[in-house]
Amino acid sequence: MPQIHADSPSHDEPHAVPLRILFAVFIALLFFTFLTVAVTWVDLGSLNLWIALAVAVIKAAMVCLYFMHLRWDSPFNGFIITISFIFVALFIGLALLDSVEYQPNYQKPSIATDTGGG
Amino acid sequence: MSTANANHAQHSEDVRQPQLAHHFDTLEQQYSSAKLGMWAFLATEILMFGGLFCAYAVYRGTHPEVFLYAHHFLNTFWGAFNTVVLLASSLTMAWGVRAAQLGNKPLLVLMLLLTLVGGCSFMVVKYIEYSDKWEHVSHHGSGSFSLFAGSRNAFYTEEGEFTDPTAVGQAVRYGESKQHHDEHAIAHTNQAGDLHDAPAKTLEHQSKHATEQGHQIVDATAAKTLDFKSVQTRPMPTDRSDIRRPAPAPQGLSEAFEHIGGIPAPYETLADAGTGHSVVTWEDLDDRQQGLVSQFFQIYFMMTGLHGLHVLIGMGLITWIMIRALRGAFGPSYYTPVDLVGLYWHLVDLIWIFLFPLLYLIH
Repeated sequence: MPQIHADSPSHDEPHAVPLRILFAVFIALLFFTFLTVAVTWVDLGSLNLWIALAVAVIKAAMVCLYFMHLRWDSPFNGFIITISFIFVALFIGLALLDSVEYQPNYQKPSIATDTGGG
Repeated sequence: MSTANANHAQHSEDVRQPQLAHHFDTLEQQYSSAKLGMWAFLATEILMFGGLFCAYAVYRGTHPEVFLYAHHFLNTFWGAFNTVVLLASSLTMAWGVRAAQLGNKPLLVLMLLLTLVGGCSFMVVKYIEYSDKWEHVSHHGSGSFSLFAGSRNAFYTEEGEFTDPTAVGQAVRYGESKQHHDEHAIAHTNQAGDLHDAPAKTLEHQSKHATEQGHQIVDATAAKTLDFKSVQTRPMPTDRSDIRRPAPAPQGLSEAFEHIGGIPAPYETLADAGTGHSVVTWEDLDDRQQGLVSQFFQIYFMMTGLHGLHVLIGMGLITWIMIRALRGAFGPSYYTPVDLVGLYWHLVDLIWIFLFPLLYLIH
């Protein structure tokens, strides 16, 4: 097999991902999909959401690292995608802080009698 | 960076590959630049979906019971099925990139074809899901988009059909919500005047009209043909292979009903009881929350719609790559487009990985 990316940071690794790894990742992804469905059969309160999210993050990481080659790719590409995820989390986290903080005020009938808005 | 790279650079000055653009020194440089650009693009895609996920998080955070109620209209089986389909097509895509890297043209074309089949299956299932929801709306004949308008959709069955007025699910819904609707129907009629004769003035009036009609249909047929008690205690079907059957009411409703002795209990009561199933019924939602049910569907359609658009674009790109592959455009020294389209396809998979549990598996 020709070594086609000699400038890659890890040129010892073959760039074509071995089929063994691809299938192992696929099986793991299927398992986690089953897990995320199975978790809803048990009521764990708010923990359900966090488990579902954690499973989704693990699955996303596996797709990024192996299917998208980030494990063998330039670290800068991984940096870009990680930063974008962090900013989305920051965005959602701050928005949630704000809206959850003020939601009780909206639900007081004396303040909001109309059903519009949110 | 290394000797191999330097050799390659010298070599490329002698024989310049046709794929190498003039502003790049080597194919490697061109490849890594293209890849960097693709990753930057993918980051903006994630940020774009981030806006929708934010809307989702805020509405779910402020109205959890609405989401808990409304998500019963989504079919977990189809959601999980589509997850598996997308994962499998991601596998074949990654396999295709590998085939391109190794210069195996027939395998590359085969893998791209399989990926395309995966994309098609995904869209077919999406079509089934969307058209089911569309049917619910159009069958009311009101012209108003009831799911969006947030009107009384208590008669809709989960992924079921509304064509058979004696459908079990509707009867169950009817039995549970009869009293509530009787009260509200009176109030609505008083407000809206004679809805049956006058052309409806607003969407709101139209949907109320439709609901009253639906109410009457069920009233006439269900009362004499069905024993509500036996229907409600029937165990929920576990075989989900025949999705088009008249579906039961949103899962768990019957259990909730037994659990609270036939009296609709508020959401908090059900949740605190800790009996394994905290179920929100239409009656648990106050008027304001009932109006907010449409928000769930707005978010659902926006998120899955934008995602579906990405699937379609990805399928177009894969077709383009496949045609080029058939012409022998790719080999071990040049497969950048295959790789980048692969990255795009994996991103589509990535977003679905988050969409599926958040929309279909609300607990």
